[in-house]
Amino acid sequence: MIKIDNLIKRVGDKVILKGVSLNITKGETVGILGPNGAGKSTLLKVIATLLKPTSGEVTIDGLDLKKDPIKIKSKLGYLPHASLLYDHFTPYENLKFFSKVYYLDNVEERIHKLIDDVGLRLFTHEPVKSFSRGMVQRIAIARSIIHDPEILLLDEPHTGLDQQAIGILNNVVAKLQERDVTTLIVTHDFLQAAKVCDRIVIVRNGRIADDFLLEGQDINLLQKRYQSVVEGDSNAI
Amino acid sequence: MLFKGAMALAWKDLYTEWKTKQTISTMLIFAGLVVIVFSFAFDPMNTTVKAIIPGLIWVIIVFAGLLGLNRSFTSEGKNDTIHALIVAPLDPSSIYLGKFISNLVMILIVEIISIPFLFILFDFKFHANLLYFILTIFIGTFGFVSAGTFLAALSSNSRSSEMLLPIILFPISTPILIGAVQATKIQLISPDKFASAISWMQLITAYDLIIFVACFILYEYVQEV
Repeated sequence: MIKIDNLIKRVGDKVILKGVSLNITKGETVGILGPNGAGKSTLLKVIATLLKPTSGEVTIDGLDLKKDPIKIKSKLGYLPHASLLYDHFTPYENLKFFSKVYYLDNVEERIHKLIDDVGLRLFTHEPVKSFSRGMVQRIAIARSIIHDPEILLLDEPHTGLDQQAIGILNNVVAKLQERDVTTLIVTHDFLQAAKVCDRIVIVRNGRIADDFLLEGQDINLLQKRYQSVVEGDSNAI
Repeated sequence: MLFKGAMALAWKDLYTEWKTKQTISTMLIFAGLVVIVFSFAFDPMNTTVKAIIPGLIWVIIVFAGLLGLNRSFTSEGKNDTIHALIVAPLDPSSIYLGKFISNLVMILIVEIISIPFLFILFDFKFHANLLYFILTIFIGTFGFVSAGTFLAALSSNSRSSEMLLPIILFPISTPILIGAVQATKIQLISPDKFASAISWMQLITAYDLIIFVACFILYEYVQEV
């Protein structure tokens, strides 16, 4: 589904990604972990087409990121830490606008269903600027999946959320897993990563330092592997 | 698809403006202040004062326009909404086109209100051909907004975008502004030299086309985060 081959991203004199190669198959939920400045978010932004790779190849569903960005974009859902929502618009108006930029037709029912799913039916026509962080993030989740993406890219989605919002987000990810949607989650939250991911990629200094399958929500294994790779604890495993 | 995306974006910007009235009110207040201050500074009854009216029209368009252009992309910085537009399957050119349409509509609204206000306050008797006068204002505004929208996108990544935009926009829009002021002046003050006004309008139109096409194509390269 996603094939990254020797990806290098340079910003000014600094090399952020130093030859990342990664294969992600359809339906996988991959957690991308690593210390601050490791290049996790940059990797996600390159896949999301926000940043152009300096060199290397990224293909998604057989399409080249450089040659077919528009086709690729229609398959992607992107949810970063910022909401990407218009403050003066209501949830309905935001979702209506984004359904237009994704060229969707007959979306009234879908918009109302999404607002219901994230538990904000009573606030459908209230401006987003009056919402709490958790409520904003719930609408942001709805925005990122308005077009039924085949790939969902989440950048620290759990940060600043209350337990209810975390539950809604995890529920959305679980439903997408059932539909074979490929999900990439950049996170620092080991507990949530263990809960929702079935594969973990650890990035360090712009390179893939570890890549392993995580079965049975084994947070101890995740912590040990992370400590071993990032903190250099050779006795951890 | 390109036009559909652009219209969605233009609608979004104009609807936001309809709800907040942040930019258009600032532009109209600025335009009103220019007209009122100049009407106090110069005696509107003095016939020689009529000569400054074409220049005043373009002072209003340029400076009120800058206020709107500056906000068109910096407003997308809040909540990183520009990222949502970039990751959407929109052609980069349709983002430029959408922003161009919304900026053009807002400046045209300011012109429709402020130019008659200027004529009334300066007691100006309009004897020019109205159609050609409107065409001159439109093509001048079209070129200014074409370049302005592109450069607003370019400068929005800078921390001092409000200062940077006028600095980079004026050199590029100078041929349009010279032509527009000259064509407006001839039509309002010396209608007998109408043929030379047509020449200026042809020059503006040619420059408009070059600027618009270049910005339309090159927008993709200023879009990266």
